[in-house]
Amino acid sequence: MAKIIGGLGTSHIPAIGGAIHRGAQQEPYWKPFFDGFPPIREWLGKAQPDVVVMFYNDHGLNFFLDKMPTFAVGAAALYHNADEGWGIPTLPPFKGELDLSWHIINHLVENEFDVTTCQEMLVDHACTLPLKLFWPEGDCPVTVVPVCINTVQFPLPHARRVYALGRAVGEAVAAWDSSKKVAFIASGGLSHQLEGERAGFINKEFDLQFLQSLESNPEWATQYSIHELVEKTGTQGIELLAWLAMRAALSAGEGSGVRKVHSNYHIPISNTATGLLALEKF
Amino acid sequence: MAFPPKLPPIPGTNLFDGEYAKKGYALNKMCFSFNSADNRAAFLQDEEAYMTKYELTDSQKAAIRAKQVLQLLDEGGNAYYLAKFAGIFKLDMQDIGAQQRGMSKDEFKAMLVASGK
Repeated sequence: MAKIIGGLGTSHIPAIGGAIHRGAQQEPYWKPFFDGFPPIREWLGKAQPDVVVMFYNDHGLNFFLDKMPTFAVGAAALYHNADEGWGIPTLPPFKGELDLSWHIINHLVENEFDVTTCQEMLVDHACTLPLKLFWPEGDCPVTVVPVCINTVQFPLPHARRVYALGRAVGEAVAAWDSSKKVAFIASGGLSHQLEGERAGFINKEFDLQFLQSLESNPEWATQYSIHELVEKTGTQGIELLAWLAMRAALSAGEGSGVRKVHSNYHIPISNTATGLLALEKF
Repeated sequence: MAFPPKLPPIPGTNLFDGEYAKKGYALNKMCFSFNSADNRAAFLQDEEAYMTKYELTDSQKAAIRAKQVLQLLDEGGNAYYLAKFAGIFKLDMQDIGAQQRGMSKDEFKAMLVASGK
């Protein structure tokens, strides 16, 4: 059976792509953010996952309002990146893991989740930047199964539902007939708000509580409604849903717990309170 | 009983629900088209014709001409597509944020930094 090695969570601000492209990682503005990554990369170098299941939210690249799935699972051989309107350089396509994609899809539908399956899927900065952050050099060494959660068109799925989805994805991976090592990545957050008179909203206290809860009390944030989570973390802070899915996926399969490898929290990058977390499953 | 139930307002925040979606569909569809560099160029070539092609209402057109984000949100614009419109004019999220808060960009950036203390 496949082995779940752990989970990662990171913010995915588009400006990161520009900073990497320019080699700006050690500039004073960027250093407190990028400095969080080396210990995690070192751990990944030892743990050597083969496959990543990426929980993220599309920001209007692959999906438009005409057809907006609540949950979408990628089942493509290759995932292309494309222009999202700001002319950021596109990255080479990422390789999929078709066997696992279909295994996850089968498991989810069997467990009464209603998912959209995508055999062609453009992946935006939310999916690509975490991969670039965790594996900055050369080609991406992992294959990817993207799991996209709607954060664009309300109503959004309840945090409890996203947690359940994450757990079911984890169970699917734990039952996958493969010798491969799998990691879960959560992309997005932490607290931020781009639009409205409350643009620039940040909630450090909640973010730190949330990060702590992922170690000690993973279902903590599921007590809140989407409305409450937006009020507490901002309209884009709701991306914490991806972190809940990642953490729930870690609770499946053999092993009793998680150990924090490293974490980082830095305000601000663009309008965002950036979070970073790596949890090893044991 | 009304469904979905009316929830207490969140300060300075509107959720992009079905009501906003109904209002803003044409505006959002136009802004989604700005993923394409060719479309962005076509818009800059003739903004009025482009907006008409996407069947924006008069008030949506006025909001686009004004380049005021709060106005665009009122017209049913969704933040993720409006961000692509902003990108045409090389406005970043802090330009947008400052505009919506009625601050200078430096004041807005300082506010963000202060949130971290």
